[in-house]
Amino acid sequence: MSSALSTIHALGLLTCFALLGTSRVGACIRWLSLQGILFSLVPLFFHDDGLGLRVILLAGGNIALKGVLFPIVLLHLRSRANYHREVEPFVGFVASILFGIVALAVSLGLALKLQPALAHAPFIMLEAAIFLVAIGLFLIVSRRNALMQVLGYLVIENGIFVFAVITVAETPLLVELGILLDAFVAVFVMGIAVFHITREFGSADVDQLTTLRG
Amino acid sequence: MSGLHWFFSPLCALLLAPLLSGVINRTKAFVAGRRGPPLLQPYRDVIKALRRGAVYGDTTTALVRLGPVVNLAALVAALLLLPFAGVPAVAGFSGDLIVLVGLLALGRFATVLAALDTGASFEGMGASREVHFAALAEPALLLALATLTRVTGATSLSAIYAVIGVPIWAHALPTLALVAMTFLVLELVENSRIPVDDPTTHLELTMIHEVMVLDHTGPDLAIIQYGAALKLWVLGVLLVGLAVPVRTGNPWLDGAAALAGMTGLAIVVGIVESAMARYRLVHVPQFIVGAATLAAVGFIVLLV
Repeated sequence: MSSALSTIHALGLLTCFALLGTSRVGACIRWLSLQGILFSLVPLFFHDDGLGLRVILLAGGNIALKGVLFPIVLLHLRSRANYHREVEPFVGFVASILFGIVALAVSLGLALKLQPALAHAPFIMLEAAIFLVAIGLFLIVSRRNALMQVLGYLVIENGIFVFAVITVAETPLLVELGILLDAFVAVFVMGIAVFHITREFGSADVDQLTTLRG
Repeated sequence: MSGLHWFFSPLCALLLAPLLSGVINRTKAFVAGRRGPPLLQPYRDVIKALRRGAVYGDTTTALVRLGPVVNLAALVAALLLLPFAGVPAVAGFSGDLIVLVGLLALGRFATVLAALDTGASFEGMGASREVHFAALAEPALLLALATLTRVTGATSLSAIYAVIGVPIWAHALPTLALVAMTFLVLELVENSRIPVDDPTTHLELTMIHEVMVLDHTGPDLAIIQYGAALKLWVLGVLLVGLAVPVRTGNPWLDGAAALAGMTGLAIVVGIVESAMARYRLVHVPQFIVGAATLAAVGFIVLLV
């Protein structure tokens, strides 16, 4: 069990670093999809006492949504927005990766502090959840394009999902599916927003949004 | 002591190192649908260069002559620190992995000095690039070795590679896989293979290592070519020792597995070179920092 979790952990961290270091949006979307699938598997390994319908539904719903549906929507959006590369992010790619290493160390420290309060949670997943939130936030503030910021939001969502799965032992299925639905709607709304921004301003570069048009 | 004699590792390296680049070239030719140069071509190149006289520029000093020799000496010394095929290193001691990194740095330093000493602008450019990338690659190597130290709890290369086997792979699979990836990237970076540098071109604008040795001729060039082969071997041993953890205790079996591993590595490098294009120079640091990140992630995964 723990070796499966640590494999998910290591691969998940790598997808984060790939997101930080990749400029092609298509590749980023695929990394994000892999990340979504990986962390959707966490409940399967964490609830090792009973592999009930609830857990399988949760993991399956997550994989279907984050692994398949979101990437399709995002890839479609990418081609509609005609946006294939993050050309000049506010923070460069090498600097982003270095930030990732620092963030990893910081989230490790935070997880160590949190560990006594959440004794039953597997430590690596606690650390991964904090790291995912940090990386998602960083992607949102450091990338110019609105589409990359949507990706950052989804990384945060992954982090929150992991955190919820490992800390709250028994959430009703309805609540969890509700959260999933929220994320689903959010991606659609953001997609529509990005599309409209692109159509109105000719690009989804948030830096150019200061020149508002009436 | 698994039975193989201590001189097995240095002897293999000194005799077989040029064969690695022969295998790489053959693989590239095979993928491209050509027959390619004979496997022994690197040896012939070295011998041909040895027979020729050396030409030195008027502006050069003794540094140009010293550079290749120091580089070769550092690499031979590095060979003595490397365990191979389950045989402990000739001169292993606690902390020798830092000495290994230092020796590689010394060799690079000598090569760079020699390149700068020629006074040619192209070589200065190559030296600048080499140092730039090395500044990123050395931390990656140190991190990877530090991670191995942490996995195995040993502080000398021989002890580390003696411990690595199937049980420890099962115990720390993600970490060891990440470190192996780092070593593979470093093998490509340090030896100026394709995603970083193209060893076959002689276009100054694209080169890193080849451009530094443009002004070397005759025996110096032979020493440089042989040194490059040894470097390929040294970094390859680090990877193969990790990725092919065959430690049966039977000297023939261990030796054969290690040599097969080296051949496999050469084939992998050849396939990478055939399948990938060289990165633009500005993307190379990203590639190397990525490799360092792999090792760092491996290290941090281990902490938890």
